[in-house]
Amino acid sequence: MGESGTGAGMSAAVETGTAGRRAERGPGRGPVPGRTPLRAGPVSAVWRPRAVLVPLVLALLLAAAIVVNTARGTSALPLGEVAEVLLGGGEDRSRIVVMRLRLPRSLVGALVGAALGLAGAVIQGIARNPLASPDILGVTTGAGVGAVTVIVMGGAYGSVSGPLADVGIPAAAVAGALLTAVVIYLLAVRRGLNGYRVLLVGVGVNAVLASVLSWLLIKADIVDAGRALIWLNGSLNGAGWDTVRPVGWALAVLLPVALVLSFPFGALVFDEDTARGLGVRMTGARAALLLTAVLLTATATAAAGPIAFVALACPQIALRLARTGHPPLLASALTGAAVTVWADVLARTAFPDIQLPVGILTAALGAPYLLFLIVRSGKARTS
Amino acid sequence: MSPRKRQDPMDAVPDAARAARVRLRAEGLTLAYDGTPVVHALDLDIEDGTVTAIIGPNGCGKSTLLRAFGRLLKPAGGQVLLDGRPVHRLPTREVAGLVGMLPQSPVAPEGLCVADLVARGRHPHQTWYRRWSREDEAAVERALRATGTLDLAERTLDELSGGQRQRAWIAMALAQETELLLLDEPTNHLDLAHQMEVLDLVLDLHRDTGRTVVLVLHDLSLAARYADRLVAMKDGRIAACGTPAEVLTEKLLREVFGLRAVVRHEERTGAPLVIPLSRHEAPRPAPARDAATDAAPPLGDPV
Repeated sequence: MGESGTGAGMSAAVETGTAGRRAERGPGRGPVPGRTPLRAGPVSAVWRPRAVLVPLVLALLLAAAIVVNTARGTSALPLGEVAEVLLGGGEDRSRIVVMRLRLPRSLVGALVGAALGLAGAVIQGIARNPLASPDILGVTTGAGVGAVTVIVMGGAYGSVSGPLADVGIPAAAVAGALLTAVVIYLLAVRRGLNGYRVLLVGVGVNAVLASVLSWLLIKADIVDAGRALIWLNGSLNGAGWDTVRPVGWALAVLLPVALVLSFPFGALVFDEDTARGLGVRMTGARAALLLTAVLLTATATAAAGPIAFVALACPQIALRLARTGHPPLLASALTGAAVTVWADVLARTAFPDIQLPVGILTAALGAPYLLFLIVRSGKARTS
Repeated sequence: MSPRKRQDPMDAVPDAARAARVRLRAEGLTLAYDGTPVVHALDLDIEDGTVTAIIGPNGCGKSTLLRAFGRLLKPAGGQVLLDGRPVHRLPTREVAGLVGMLPQSPVAPEGLCVADLVARGRHPHQTWYRRWSREDEAAVERALRATGTLDLAERTLDELSGGQRQRAWIAMALAQETELLLLDEPTNHLDLAHQMEVLDLVLDLHRDTGRTVVLVLHDLSLAARYADRLVAMKDGRIAACGTPAEVLTEKLLREVFGLRAVVRHEERTGAPLVIPLSRHEAPRPAPARDAATDAAPPLGDPV
């Protein structure tokens, strides 16, 4: 390709800004400004300081949240003691309190938040729309309908009977989410999946499911309705190791899958013609990513109920922190985890007398921060 | 261009035959959107190393034809052959390694920076673990330099003017380093100077690396200046096809575009120049002008 002739003529016509001077700064930055290479054998990537720093800082924030949250309780433990236990030491009494009773709550929060953040990032990226998140599309509501059906129909007066309580609600939530996703897919697929079509269909499906949910709540007796409402607000109360395990496994499988799929994801953020021109098998890649996102949402919702706002806002927060063009997957997951656990800390500190569902606080904590980031960036980017 | 992307079977073909080798061929190609046909049983050959401009009025099926060439639209009838093989049976990735496409109105996240956009053009050459090889880097640098966007590399798309944005997208198509380039109105949003530069760049690519280029253009005089071959389309069919001088006649402009125009010839190159006539003007501008015909008719005056 020609580096000669009109190439120079064209650059002369460019209005050079500050970026021009930045590009000449020092060796070791690679010939393409802003894309410093990182290579080892056949593996290569672009070195982005923010892509490493942001997740690192988020991970530290998450760790701090887990320590603080674990220290809270009827008998508060000193933070140092908690950290010691988490690192493998500590007294026996503290070990039992931390490991057996309190840690699962924070772990569920972290795992659920990570799953929701990741799912939101995937869906927002593909739909090229920050509004497209599992909450808006109805996937979360689908999970809610599944779970509330079991709560309302499945049990007699106040408690779901027997083993159905443990298996029933999560299984019904996963089934509800998957079923909703399949319905949205079938209604939206038309010569491939169009981003806006998915969004519109999703909003419609969500409305239908929301009315089903209201109907179930009105139909239920008062105790069941109360329990359903707490679940519907997203709660970490009563989360134990048996809640941690399924979410943990799901994330252990789905997170690596999502990170491998982040390669086609990088091209799917363009319009369909451009993406296909780049050699992406649109329908396949998009369906695989959406399925991953739905499974993440379903698992998270099954474990802790539909925690509001995390899937919608955390990818946008991560996007602005990492300054990438589309929601960064890993950073979105970590943002989701950190926001969820800090929200739980806040809920338990500010309202120690009542068991406030964490979902109420995630919105209260995340929304102002997102607004701050949007205002600070000077213009509201749409993706 | 790396030699490995040359099609192996063709290496055995003698040079004389290769000179007229057909890279893209439409055979009885019918294209439709939702059952409504847009292109009807069209036959067209694109030969290796040529620059072909497709012209025609709005809605004549130019972009649709280009999309089918780029494997973005499945034929309702007939087929598109890429180097003799049906393009819709080839893997997407393989086509993307051979054919680069710039759609008419491409969309990218606004927060993406130019370097990242152009680097995305390397996608067909990458894998999930190999995302920024030396070849990628060199190709992106060449594309940025060629389009004069190296200085904009770290700017985000929402900070760019329309022209800068268009050049960034062209750089992305160039970074793909394909032997064939399909450009749908690459001069969109550009002022005349930048239009010329983009087309000069296309001509450079064609001359320096023998790339085969198919572009959709609206400016007929520019199309005539830069293309070896013009294809004029009307209502999904080819109305005329040949050298610019053969195609751009006053008769054709009237029949295909419904345009009253005078065709002159550029002095140095002999390329046809299309001078459209306003309906306020006489059908033939008189060679010797007098004050009466020179004076513009008053605005809003019915003629």
